[in-house]
Amino acid sequence: MIEFLSMDGYAVFLWPAYAVTLLAIVVNIVLARRAHEEAKEAARRRLALEDEGSSI
Amino acid sequence: MNWTWFHRLGSPPHIYRIAGTLTPWFAWPAGLLIAAALYGGLVLAPPDYQQGEGFRILYVHAPSAWLSVMIYGVMASAAAVGLIWRMKVAHAVAASCAGVGAWFTAVSLLTGMLWGKPMWGTYWVWDPRLTAQLILLFLYLGYMGLRAGIDDLGRADKASAVLAIVGVVNIPIIRYSVEWWNSIHQAPSVMKMERPSMPFDMLAPLLMMLLGFTLYFAAVLLVRLRAEILRRERTASWIREALR
Repeated sequence: MIEFLSMDGYAVFLWPAYAVTLLAIVVNIVLARRAHEEAKEAARRRLALEDEGSSI
Repeated sequence: MNWTWFHRLGSPPHIYRIAGTLTPWFAWPAGLLIAAALYGGLVLAPPDYQQGEGFRILYVHAPSAWLSVMIYGVMASAAAVGLIWRMKVAHAVAASCAGVGAWFTAVSLLTGMLWGKPMWGTYWVWDPRLTAQLILLFLYLGYMGLRAGIDDLGRADKASAVLAIVGVVNIPIIRYSVEWWNSIHQAPSVMKMERPSMPFDMLAPLLMMLLGFTLYFAAVLLVRLRAEILRRERTASWIREALR
């Protein structure tokens, strides 16, 4: 295990490279989902306002 | 010829629904491929005869670099379609690409630096390939800045589309920089006309990563596109149905 993690001395370059890539993968999933949820929320609010306006 | 399919492609409610249905079909294979490729690349593939274990950075560097360029291609094509056929959905696709593209361009630069240090002895050189890739990052950031700076959506779409299309000249420069100039960056090992210069157990994880990243991008793009469509279709009555 130690041998695997040390990557023959390349660990300090290799693991940060993998970490940065994984971070980008996760962050982009989170950002996309959040954007969609926020857009849905905003649309719901608009529709609710419209309904209020029409009932007066 | 029946053009119904083309008109449906331009119909936001249709695209919104299709995108939602398709997302898991891209996301799950992407996750499985990337997980399998991680194991293949880190454990099964043999060390490189010159670069030892250090070459394994390839399995995150090359797919990120591929995404950075491929996403730009999708963005510029969508922008062109939006400009030529005035298709609003196409502009929404282009706008959804930029953020993801910028992220993976930055990742390709960072992983490249982390690979360059042990192999070349330096994190950065003003090499043609590296410089062209840095320009790609600025193109993405410029595109996003331009969009953010224009309030009117129609004008933002048009102006950013022109920038995206002009920026396409940078793509062949990135691709051929290692052949046209004396680059420190190594020549392609897979994306070339001849047979890939790698043994199978080294190549298979790379191909799986490339495919996995591509499918991953498709899934992220579809979610972003749905958000973008909702934001644009402010008063459309179909949204009421879709959000039920």
